[in-house]
Amino acid sequence: MSFPHKHILGIEHLSREDIELILDTAESFKEVNRRDIKKVPTLRGKTVINLFYEASTRTRTSFEIAGKRMSADTINISASASSVVKGETLEDTARNIEAMNPDIIVMRHSASGAPHYLAQRLTGCSIINAGDGAHEHPSQALLDLFTIREHKGRIEGLTVAIVGDIAHSRVVRSNIYALNKMGAKVRVAGPGTMIPPGIERLGVEVFHDIEEAIRGVDVVMMLRIQLERQGNTLLPTLREYSRFFGLNTENIKLAREDAIVMHPGPMNRGVEISSYVADGLQNVILEQVENGVAVRMALLYLLAGGEEKL
Amino acid sequence: MKILIKGGRVLDPAHGIDDTFDVLIEEGRISAIEKELKASGAEVIDAAGRIVTPGLIDLHVHLRDPGYEYKEDIVSGTRSAAAGGFTSVACMPNSNPFNDNKAVTLYIRNKAREEGFANVFPVASATKCSKGDTLAEMGDLKAAGCIGFSDDGRPVASGEVMRRAMEYARGFGMPILSHAEDLSIVGDGVMNDGFVATELGLKGIPWVAETAAIGRDVMLAEYTGARLHVCHISTRQSLDIIREARKRGVRVTCEVTPHHFTLTEEAVRTYDTNTKMNPPLRTADDVAAMREGLADGTIDAIATDHAPHHLDEKNVEYNIAMNGIVGLETSLPLTLRLVDDGVLSLGEAIARLTCGPARALGIPRGTLEVGAAADVTVIDPELKWVLEADKLASKSRNTPFEGWRMKGAATHTILGGRVVYQREM
Repeated sequence: MSFPHKHILGIEHLSREDIELILDTAESFKEVNRRDIKKVPTLRGKTVINLFYEASTRTRTSFEIAGKRMSADTINISASASSVVKGETLEDTARNIEAMNPDIIVMRHSASGAPHYLAQRLTGCSIINAGDGAHEHPSQALLDLFTIREHKGRIEGLTVAIVGDIAHSRVVRSNIYALNKMGAKVRVAGPGTMIPPGIERLGVEVFHDIEEAIRGVDVVMMLRIQLERQGNTLLPTLREYSRFFGLNTENIKLAREDAIVMHPGPMNRGVEISSYVADGLQNVILEQVENGVAVRMALLYLLAGGEEKL
Repeated sequence: MKILIKGGRVLDPAHGIDDTFDVLIEEGRISAIEKELKASGAEVIDAAGRIVTPGLIDLHVHLRDPGYEYKEDIVSGTRSAAAGGFTSVACMPNSNPFNDNKAVTLYIRNKAREEGFANVFPVASATKCSKGDTLAEMGDLKAAGCIGFSDDGRPVASGEVMRRAMEYARGFGMPILSHAEDLSIVGDGVMNDGFVATELGLKGIPWVAETAAIGRDVMLAEYTGARLHVCHISTRQSLDIIREARKRGVRVTCEVTPHHFTLTEEAVRTYDTNTKMNPPLRTADDVAAMREGLADGTIDAIATDHAPHHLDEKNVEYNIAMNGIVGLETSLPLTLRLVDDGVLSLGEAIARLTCGPARALGIPRGTLEVGAAADVTVIDPELKWVLEADKLASKSRNTPFEGWRMKGAATHTILGGRVVYQREM
């Protein structure tokens, strides 16, 4: 089965079959990552460029390792977003990179829609969205699905609560699309200032209380709260946030006993998640990171049209 | 020089005229409107099957001159106006320098008169440099030819300053134009706040940012007795506030842009920066409300907010792209769509482009009276054409209507008895 997309711009445009193909492909790559010699020749001769306009450790490293373990040449570029008046435009930067004939550009940008803008203008290479503004972060949602499926054996029929700054999170949007397509029920919870208008139309149930939101769920997904939000008009204090929306050893008992706890990182220990929970038995946070490499290998493989055997 | 417009359907909503007449223009003025006129030596325009209207008026354009001539200038902007059937435009003061003093006003008027293709009625800043603290010299600006005052695009934040601006303008018999926006609510929003913004991950501008400001300004107008013209309204709630205020006798008029009665926020889904403007494109219900407001007469005028921007200012990420689109050459066909859609009669549509705007700002144009300046537009309402941005007369290309199939266009635009635009057929 071949993959019908040139770019991965978001989960919104993927079908359930696409998602399943990615997850199944990732499964075979996960084994490679645990070998003694963690390298296969699958993408030899392919060039992958990580073009990051926003700081990122986890995602960039994960894509870089994914590329290298498949023998692609991976190059990292840290760029600063230009303004209209100074600096090179996004299009010029991308065209210059394209002129060097890469196969895939993995891109992160603070502007929602930036990878879509490039996809309309570049002709040669594929683009993977590694996070655009508050819009989508497809590879994160895919690694989350992969991790859930590994633990629960399925995604269909599960209930997942996502707690935190729903309004400003790209992880949320991609996960809502992904989980709904796979047949899970999605709840979101956060302070009133962090619930964006119309979110329920994406197929979620909205809560303003973590206890109600996580009651009886199979998966609790906590979001990073950006510390700079404290003290502006969105949030009075982190103390209060932690009290009403933080996950701790008490309220986690409301979720199913076998519920798993996820976090896309980086965590603020003691703010959205207590260390006891973050390091507790139910957490799968580092598995998410491990699975991220396998999922990103699958994305690179499917986009590069790799037909070679592992 | 004489021009005889033969056999057209003459539509002069100000006088309730809608009949087939010949129109004779002599010495820059309309000299006769009668059946079967004859005039030896006159240039004849065959207007059979066409409509003949007062020259169209656009209350809200940005000519970018002085200061931003790379986007547009008075010559190209008025050429664009003429191509769209407009003979009069009111230009906003946010040039560089701002039009907050007599020297800039006179520069604009002189350049328009000597090199332009339309009457240009400048709107001056209400406060110095549109900074919102000190009143501009409104008396001097009026004497220089300005027709109203507005800090367009940089709305007056202080209620006290707006109150004083209204009181002061009222003393000179002048209107205040309000680009109504509470910037503290707008924040760094880039599109209408709501479901589509949530999906796209773009920061939203809630409708209350507009209505909160309109509410304040309408009440200040009620309190001060000043004349208020609310620019480019875009939400149902804005319309409701204005409709209610009028019932109480508040002297408030308003305008809507063609894009706000044509497009919804759904257009933003492509991240096409030509869908980014201020106020932003709103919901389908707001579009319906704009149409209702036009039909019931609450909305006096259709105005384009013609906002030319260079390609480089639009060919960027959505959140940093400039706000606004060009509008002068698409306003007429988009307005005529309202006739096809059964929203307005042809006469009402023309009224919103002629006498409606003229009355709102007291512009001495907008009718076809014998003896009046011969500003006349001949329109082929059935002409089918496709919008190609590359062919616009404006210097800029920023339109969301690229490739749209249009119906209706000006075939001749006559300014003071001179044909300033003739469509190649």
